[in-house]
Amino acid sequence: MPTDLHYLAILPEIITAATGIAIMLLDPFTAPQHKGRLGWLGVAGLLAAGVAGAAQSGRTMTAFGGMVQLDSYSVFFRWLFFGVSIGTILISLQYLKREGVHHSEFYALVLFATTGMSFMAASVDLILMFIGLETVAISTYVLAGFKRSDPRSNESAVKYFILGAFSTAVLLYGIAFLYGQTGSTRFDRVAEALSAQGPSAFFLVGLALLLVGFGFKVAMAPFHVWTPDVYEGAPSPVTAFLAVGPKAAGFAALVRVLYSALPDMENHWGDVLGLVAVLTMTVGNVAAITQSNIKRLLAYSSVAHAGYLLVGLVARNELGISAVLYYAVVYALMNLGAFTVVVIWSGAGETRVHLSDYAGIGFRYPFLTGCLSLFLLSLIGIPATGGFMGKVFLFAAAVQSHHVGLVVIAVLNSAVSAYYYLRIIVIMYMQEPAAQVPSVEIPVPAAVALVLAALGTLLTGLYPSALLDLASRSVLAVR
Amino acid sequence: MVPLNYYLILGALLFSVGALGVILKRNLITMFMSVELMLNSANLTFLAFAREWNQVSGQVLVFFVMVVAAAEAAVGLAIVIATYKNRKTVNADETASLRD
Amino acid sequence: MFIFVALLLPVVALLAGRLLRPQMGHDTKLRPYECGVEPETDARERYSVRYYIIAILFVIFDVETIFLFPWAVIYDKLALFGFIEMLVFLGILIFGYIYVWKKGALEWV
Repeated sequence: MPTDLHYLAILPEIITAATGIAIMLLDPFTAPQHKGRLGWLGVAGLLAAGVAGAAQSGRTMTAFGGMVQLDSYSVFFRWLFFGVSIGTILISLQYLKREGVHHSEFYALVLFATTGMSFMAASVDLILMFIGLETVAISTYVLAGFKRSDPRSNESAVKYFILGAFSTAVLLYGIAFLYGQTGSTRFDRVAEALSAQGPSAFFLVGLALLLVGFGFKVAMAPFHVWTPDVYEGAPSPVTAFLAVGPKAAGFAALVRVLYSALPDMENHWGDVLGLVAVLTMTVGNVAAITQSNIKRLLAYSSVAHAGYLLVGLVARNELGISAVLYYAVVYALMNLGAFTVVVIWSGAGETRVHLSDYAGIGFRYPFLTGCLSLFLLSLIGIPATGGFMGKVFLFAAAVQSHHVGLVVIAVLNSAVSAYYYLRIIVIMYMQEPAAQVPSVEIPVPAAVALVLAALGTLLTGLYPSALLDLASRSVLAVR
Repeated sequence: MVPLNYYLILGALLFSVGALGVILKRNLITMFMSVELMLNSANLTFLAFAREWNQVSGQVLVFFVMVVAAAEAAVGLAIVIATYKNRKTVNADETASLRD
Repeated sequence: MFIFVALLLPVVALLAGRLLRPQMGHDTKLRPYECGVEPETDARERYSVRYYIIAILFVIFDVETIFLFPWAVIYDKLALFGFIEMLVFLGILIFGYIYVWKKGALEWV
């Protein structure tokens, strides 16, 4: 028997996967009106996995022949992913019933995707990372097309599937070249071979293909073109999940690959990512200005935010990566929050997703619009919100490593973004409402998610040091 | 023994054919088959390198990729069938309604 | 030289066969072979869309079995540990099977 398996190192993932399987097994035996219970089972599983993860914090070990690494970095991202998935399930409980697609496979798929994301952050081997990424991808293809009879959901799934599969193939081809040059897929061996041999042609090809593959997954320009269509067509809770979970997981894996496996090529990827960051921010923000559909607008905004996150990667210092971790959490909070409002307000059949549907509702629904305004202000980066502190850390890191030009462009971009975020607030509070303001009820689980996201956004803005400490301790494991 | 480069060149050609297929073809099934071709060209590259290094691990990786590709194939076909049921076409251009 | 012979050989063989064999036109020769039973309908028949689900399920379960082969080859070395691991793996597959069964995907219409 191999001696270094250490099943405990992946206990949280075992719990999430087992809960997902349990949900699928229980589904045929659950009456349609009780499907929500399986959603709560999913939440319980994620909480249990979070506790199991907490019990391991502070420990560092590698398991499964050096494929999985348990360290503060993987623990940090595990918590983020479990939190995101709990939020997604809380939003979906009422939504699925409302849209007439209350199948408990939804919860199972969210749990499987969480397992994959968790493995992406914990893997120190290219193949495990690839399998984690595919677990996420395949689950989310189905989630995007979850409203089977809705042609828009179909189209979203088709586009996501074709481009996702394409990028997977590109990524795998890149992994093949790294393996070919080094004879191993383990990050540490790849790094050893790289420092011994120097950046040869195969390394360059492998790195380029890897960056293209990840570029699709986290929606960096010019590989972001699928984002608005997929986000618009997918069911709104799924859009929230896609914009937050897989994107953060993509960054988690990208940081690990670049810093643990290819540190000696940092000048190569640093320069490329610098250009990509500028392009991503600008394309995302400029395109968002002209959008009239709020899901599309938030899709372009998520592209722009990938650009801000890249700034932290380009900085190539410890503050840079801890800022990426910090911003990933803040971004998850504010984006999940904003999408929760979109889910609640959109109404049956998601009919109210146009910006004009938000006209004048500011004083009719103070709770919803107040929360949405907070999230939008945080997305701009107004002081006293988490978004502000996140951007401060990201840009400070870039200044520290003398990327002043990049920071100037990023700040200009934030100014541009203020226009379209503020426009929503203006529409909500200053425009005349439609003749008949529709009434919506706010489901309790979604309200809980909303309050938690709002509190998190405020707390990370007012007391940033706790989260930043946690982030910077987690970074030590990577560098 | 066939030199390593021959396999790599064949892999690169297959990969390019697959990539061009995804970009140029408009039939969803054809695009999907092109993606499979890309995955298999990566597999071929893996196998060629595995033999060059004289390792079993490279071959085991291909197993995993095959299983992943099969799962992807199942999900992809299901998505295409769902689309066909609603739109009665599998042409990528005719299904497109989401755009700026 | 070798390539010419290689190209020439099938051409010559096929041509010789065509010229030398007796020409007997016969209706039965053109009919699709169905294990000796009289064919009842055209071979290019439209079949139920339900086959898709069966095919999709087959692809998944079929490919999973490739993990059994390397396991079987080094079964002796893995001993009890390998046996239990494979039980877990197959157990998960069986859970999937139960799910598919209970959902009615295997029912014939």
